[in-house]
Amino acid sequence: MKAAVIQFPGSNCDFDMYYALQDFGADVQFVTEKSTDLSAYDAVFLPGGFSYGDYLRTGAVARFAPVMTAVQKMAATGKLVVGVCNGFQILTEAGMLPGQLMMNQTPGFICDEVKLTITNRQTAFTNQYIDATTTIKLPIAHGEGRYVADDATVRMLHENGQVVLTYATDVNGSVDQIAGITNRSGNVIGLMPHPERAVETLLGNTDGRPFFESLLATIITKETVEA
Amino acid sequence: MTALLATTHEPTPAEIAATKPYQAWGLTDEEYMLIKQTLGRLPNYTETGLFAAMWSEHVSYKKSKPVLRTFWSTNERVLQGPGEGAGILDIGDGQAVVFKAESHNHPSAVEPYEGAATGVGGILRDIFSMGAQPIAVLDSLRFGELTDARTQHLLNGVIDGIAGYGNAIGIPTVGGEIGFDPVYQGNPLVNVMAVGVLDQERMQVGRADGSGNTVLYVGAKTGRDGIHGATFASAEFSSDAEQDRSAVQVGDPFLEKLVMDATLKAIQQFGEAIVGVQDMGAAGLVSSSAEMAGKAGMGIHLQLDNVPQRETGMTPYELMLSESQERMLLVVTKGHEAAVQAVFQEANLEAVVIGEVTATGRYELTWHGETVADLPVNFLTQSPKQTMEQVKPARLQDPAPDFTPHVADLTTVWQDILAQPTVASKASLFRHFDSMVRTNTVIKPGGDAAVVRLRGTKKALAMTTDVNARFTYLDPYIGGQRAVAEAAGNIIATGALPIGITDCLNFGNPDDPAIYYELAQSVAGINEMARQINTPIISGNVSLYNETDGAAIYPTPMIGMVGLHTDTADITTISFKQPDDVIYLLGDTTADFNGSELQQLQTGAIAGRLPGLNRDKLSATQQSVLAGIQQGLIASAHDLAEGGLAVSLAESTFGTPFGFDVTVPWTDSWLFSETPGRFLVTVPANAVDAFETRLDTTYLRLGTVTHDDRLVVTTADGTVNLDKARLQEAYEGAITWQRS
Repeated sequence: MKAAVIQFPGSNCDFDMYYALQDFGADVQFVTEKSTDLSAYDAVFLPGGFSYGDYLRTGAVARFAPVMTAVQKMAATGKLVVGVCNGFQILTEAGMLPGQLMMNQTPGFICDEVKLTITNRQTAFTNQYIDATTTIKLPIAHGEGRYVADDATVRMLHENGQVVLTYATDVNGSVDQIAGITNRSGNVIGLMPHPERAVETLLGNTDGRPFFESLLATIITKETVEA
Repeated sequence: MTALLATTHEPTPAEIAATKPYQAWGLTDEEYMLIKQTLGRLPNYTETGLFAAMWSEHVSYKKSKPVLRTFWSTNERVLQGPGEGAGILDIGDGQAVVFKAESHNHPSAVEPYEGAATGVGGILRDIFSMGAQPIAVLDSLRFGELTDARTQHLLNGVIDGIAGYGNAIGIPTVGGEIGFDPVYQGNPLVNVMAVGVLDQERMQVGRADGSGNTVLYVGAKTGRDGIHGATFASAEFSSDAEQDRSAVQVGDPFLEKLVMDATLKAIQQFGEAIVGVQDMGAAGLVSSSAEMAGKAGMGIHLQLDNVPQRETGMTPYELMLSESQERMLLVVTKGHEAAVQAVFQEANLEAVVIGEVTATGRYELTWHGETVADLPVNFLTQSPKQTMEQVKPARLQDPAPDFTPHVADLTTVWQDILAQPTVASKASLFRHFDSMVRTNTVIKPGGDAAVVRLRGTKKALAMTTDVNARFTYLDPYIGGQRAVAEAAGNIIATGALPIGITDCLNFGNPDDPAIYYELAQSVAGINEMARQINTPIISGNVSLYNETDGAAIYPTPMIGMVGLHTDTADITTISFKQPDDVIYLLGDTTADFNGSELQQLQTGAIAGRLPGLNRDKLSATQQSVLAGIQQGLIASAHDLAEGGLAVSLAESTFGTPFGFDVTVPWTDSWLFSETPGRFLVTVPANAVDAFETRLDTTYLRLGTVTHDDRLVVTTADGTVNLDKARLQEAYEGAITWQRS
């Protein structure tokens, strides 16, 4: 897999994502926000952080970065686009995913490991979560992670299986405790939890590993089919 | 120099001599006379301001220097001791660890969010100015009683400020401690420690060497914020602190991240051409430039018109004394400016030539074509020597009799101790900090020490901050010793070798001989124990004048310690690991209740004498624990501190499905004794023989880890079954942060 990790000014989980992808054998490269061509990559990752300081609404400035046109193009051609935390916020601001991330219901940044339910195990990003117990634990670290969308959108997300991850308890006031969603065609995902922080036994949590294994399996399957 | 006056309406030199505005800036009449004498003329307004800032305690350490000079700061690991942005220790393989702690007490008392935020920003600049990548931040905080509304406001602001800055810049906040006591009511302590790593070949220092070399200003523009922050930090508070608001700076973590990344990139790519790097911290441009020239024995000439300015009409005085954040000063070999500037400009940062290094030994400032300051560098950077008087405080002359506690109901006392704010879980506060970003944090907040692995190696660094100021209050010397011993205990419990110390010496007004005695004695105690453990003091900071309306805080010499893991396989946590593991208490236990949490709980105050420490015994116990962990015999280890064995036992079960069944040969109250130098460890049943054979210290075999959550303790007073859920509720429920 050829993977690109986008570095916006203020991204700070860029290296975490880079190392995690490298750990899974991906050919991974950093790409700055100024890039305009991502056609060489199988998948693109928008990492966590505080792009442009996030002094305005989170992700509201990053969506105008030149690279976002290339990200849109990738998504349109069916390649995989992953936004984690600030990356998720940027994807909603850019209109690539429905809804919006707002300030946590109880204001304040939360860094914790939380229980999550995988509500759709058929996606490009969750197909290797084979264990049917489906409750996993992943780190979260955000101040603005409350997912909101209008009733019709939320209903549509559920009907189409676009809700991928939900919090097992009410962590930040997200509607229906939604933690991660895909777009309609299933190749763009945004999630507030950090799978890249949960890939090493030494750091005490490996529940993020199947997330990356799913991605890889998806890309390999796709290549086989295309060949 | 007269041209200046017409445009700025600043007092003339003669007016300064007559109206003495310098007194409000902390400069004494004697110091002013000395300046006049040495220069052979009256200093102008700008020059007077430069001296006031450079000779403030916060910058010059003129009053604490006689004591600081006594710090032991050399051993086989020390690559850089005190005097630079941060100290540096060799950790093998060409790598080094860089660390320092700094206080932001005064700004945080006035403006808690920005005070704490810029505290994080400032200490991080000290780390990356040495060429090191910051890897972790720790916070040591002291507040008044949590029930007080102002304390809640300060706590909210400080926690928010640390989170706001640290989370955004992407350096994990991995540990620290938070304590509460009425003595900090008007004067909270905000001490921040930062740790970084570097390749030894990339080491930088803050020196302006080489006549003709270029002085480069990088980072944020200069505004009028924080003017005289250094002198502000060198004075006591009155309860009406509102007037001092302009002395507090405003932080921008996004900008600092850009400055940090660009500085490290410039050092990596053009390290050969970069002669010196220094952060513009306290007393901003004047202290960074004068100190760099002073250390190199050179002169410096700055063109102030070139300084990037955020506001219009700024005077030389304002430009030099501004403490605007996120600014750095670089000295670059002549001819190599463009390459270095390009790195910063690529990140849309200012990178402007503002002057050059000279061979004159003079500190020269030019503005609007006029010379506005012309001073000898070594006079400006060497504040006059001070002789400080010491007197043993009255309370230490005749200490109260030993406190003998009475524990009628063990269950209730155990619960109450766990709910004491100093003991209780701070998880509800620490969860606001990103402790995991950079994905290297092995032990997160809540353990004895935090542990951060060094990616790509088998090594990891343990780090902690510690001081129990009740002990330094009752006996500054023994309290100082105990602070170091306790920090080392924390490090060792994770399986790391303690290697060095940074400190923040938080004290009251040094002109009070009793306070100065406390400072000197604490430092002597720290020094002695530091030598015993082989942990040199390689950096630090002094915060004096921590008084409100004449009442001083407890003497609070915060110890920040770093330890080295040579193999991540040794990393050990406090939690019990499996049923049937054998529980041991290592080290002697005696009736140590003076200054204890139990005394505070039962009498509402602390008093009494502290017994002397057996340093050799303490070392032997610590070495036994470290050896046991490295030999793979110890499954869990927990240092004993506030609340004694009772607290450590309970904490070791929280977050596990296990309980304990233990027996002690004492009465109930001794479970809360705070004899220093003790550890609670568990050993798998099959390793018990090997463990006991190799032990080189006193121990008690207490019992075993049990498979369910029953907590059974038998003492000379009988057997008690404790309710784990209720203990945990007391521990976790005592501090829940409610934002206002």
